[in-house]
Amino acid sequence: MNSVIIENISKSYGDVLAVDDVSLTIEKGEIFGFIGPDGAGKTSLFRMLTTLLIPDKGNATVEGFDIVKDYKKIRSAVGYMPGRFSLYQDLTVEENLHFFAAVFGTTIQENYNLIKDIYVMLEPFKNRKAGKLSGGMKQKLALCCALIHKPKILFLDEPTTGVDPVSRNEFWDMLGNLRKEGITIVVSTPYMDEANKCDRIALMQKGKIMETDYLKNIISRFPRKLFAVKSDGMFVLLNELREYQFANSVFSFGDSLHYSDSRENVTKDNILEYLNTKNHGNISIEEIEPNIEDCFMDLMSK
Amino acid sequence: MKRFFAFVVKEFKHILRDYRTLLILFGMPIAQILLFGFAITNEIKDAKIAILDFSKDNVTQEISNKILSSGYFLLYKNLNSIKDIEPAFKEGIIKEVIIFEQDFSKNLSKSNLANVQIIADASDPNLANMLIGYTSSIILDYQKDLSSGKSLPPLINTDIKMLYNPNLKSVFMFVPGLMAVILLLVSAMMTSISIAKEKELGTMEILLVSPLNPLQIIVGKVIPYFFIALINYIIVIVLAKFVFLVPINGSFALLVLESILFLITSLSLGILISTISNNQQTALMISLSALMLPTIILSGYIFPIENMPLPLQIISNVLPAKWFIIIVRGIMLKGVSFSYIVVETLVLVGMTLFFILLSVKKFKIRLE
Repeated sequence: MNSVIIENISKSYGDVLAVDDVSLTIEKGEIFGFIGPDGAGKTSLFRMLTTLLIPDKGNATVEGFDIVKDYKKIRSAVGYMPGRFSLYQDLTVEENLHFFAAVFGTTIQENYNLIKDIYVMLEPFKNRKAGKLSGGMKQKLALCCALIHKPKILFLDEPTTGVDPVSRNEFWDMLGNLRKEGITIVVSTPYMDEANKCDRIALMQKGKIMETDYLKNIISRFPRKLFAVKSDGMFVLLNELREYQFANSVFSFGDSLHYSDSRENVTKDNILEYLNTKNHGNISIEEIEPNIEDCFMDLMSK
Repeated sequence: MKRFFAFVVKEFKHILRDYRTLLILFGMPIAQILLFGFAITNEIKDAKIAILDFSKDNVTQEISNKILSSGYFLLYKNLNSIKDIEPAFKEGIIKEVIIFEQDFSKNLSKSNLANVQIIADASDPNLANMLIGYTSSIILDYQKDLSSGKSLPPLINTDIKMLYNPNLKSVFMFVPGLMAVILLLVSAMMTSISIAKEKELGTMEILLVSPLNPLQIIVGKVIPYFFIALINYIIVIVLAKFVFLVPINGSFALLVLESILFLITSLSLGILISTISNNQQTALMISLSALMLPTIILSGYIFPIENMPLPLQIISNVLPAKWFIIIVRGIMLKGVSFSYIVVETLVLVGMTLFFILLSVKKFKIRLE
């Protein structure tokens, strides 16, 4: 069963092509992540799926409803959390929740079990104005408000942007729990490390989907061997590796460089050999498993 | 219905929690009417004048006394020669000099003709006009007194009567305009800002992705401001009637009904503005520059439309406030019945329908 079916959708603003011929399907009950940098077209895609924008080309259905013709039905069926905090700052936590429950024709009590885990964390602040909450709390409240009418599918546009790492983890745990309730969760994020919290992901760049699959499948398709390289002079090392005739890509990752080689049967000794001619101290080379960022970089360079 | 009710409750909360705006909303009408009532006046009171009397006989004395006892003028000094006039004006205190010719009384009784000259400081032309008007009417009045009881026909008989505002009380003139401005400000400006605010803060995005339909959103936005404007309106009426004693010569019910009509016109204008503005600032700028300013200047609120150049007179027709001011002046001051203001009422109804139709057409059910 599919929750969302997107067929060849495009959207442009003037000359800027925001979403470029995107097609994919999202299954019922999965956590699907759109991962890509700012300006990749994630928000435009979300707004089309939530009926806020009309695509220039192509069509899509959400829960079986056409996003243009059946927009009213979609609007009652989905929960939507925009990228920007969009609750009423001058209303309290409880009032916001009450308002959104009433707007969707339900009550807090009716669907309390769905939001219970999240709401207990908010409860001590229930009489505080929403504008005075911390970033993480705001996101939790926004999630509660998007959930209160028990939507079949939840669209979360960059819910963890600007939120501290602890709150981010908590937030993903909550999404994991919601998945158990059978709610399809479509989420977008610029953080690559959140990819492993999703069931399936789509890597997005400049309006195009570069790859859609399970994370491990995407990683297994990484075409080359990858090494983590370190030495005393990291900056010089970066330049020298880039000058190496067999180098495919060299990127800086935290305290090491991720180096991929264009040769098929390369070993770390080959690289060591080259670097030894260059006068480096404390060289360490290790073959590693690529992570999602490596894959993204690789796909981007294509 | 429950949805809609929740929405209206939310709107009231927004308004009631914004103390500053609330203070302005209710303080402004009171401040405005007090200002216009007490401070800004077109009336003359205790204008300082100088008198140059070459004759110094009993007639000039009587005329002078009559002028000075009118309450409009205050004698600042007596002048002795023509040369004193210029310096007296340059002092900047006196606004007018009255000059009686030599042998004033003799001339009057001998040849039935005596000359008095009035010189006014026309750097403020309106004031100068009024001063001269007041002075000459007092002199004419004296002339009439003089001629009565005599067999000779009156020398000049000019009947000056200030219709509808016999005391030239400017507050009578301002109240109708003030009502228009306040109703417009509260309804049009506040409604447009409040809808634009939802767009600016991004909450419109979630309201759109909800079962609320556009009509519920708009009407829900409008209702609280309808009541606030109504309360303001009552404050203005009460102040006008009991503090400034502005008469309501016509039917009070008719006045209220017409005002509610204008209120709806203003609200629909506010909705229209909000459909074309994406943030509060734009809504505010459009309301202020395209609505408030023309209304204050061109609607006949302060400046009479008849005195404007023809192009501006034509433009003034598109302002709802112009028609409303005509209606209110008609009902309050002239005491006319509905049949005299049918055209104006129909114009307002037409404008309202036009604004509503246009806003419904322009309201976006999506983001673009």
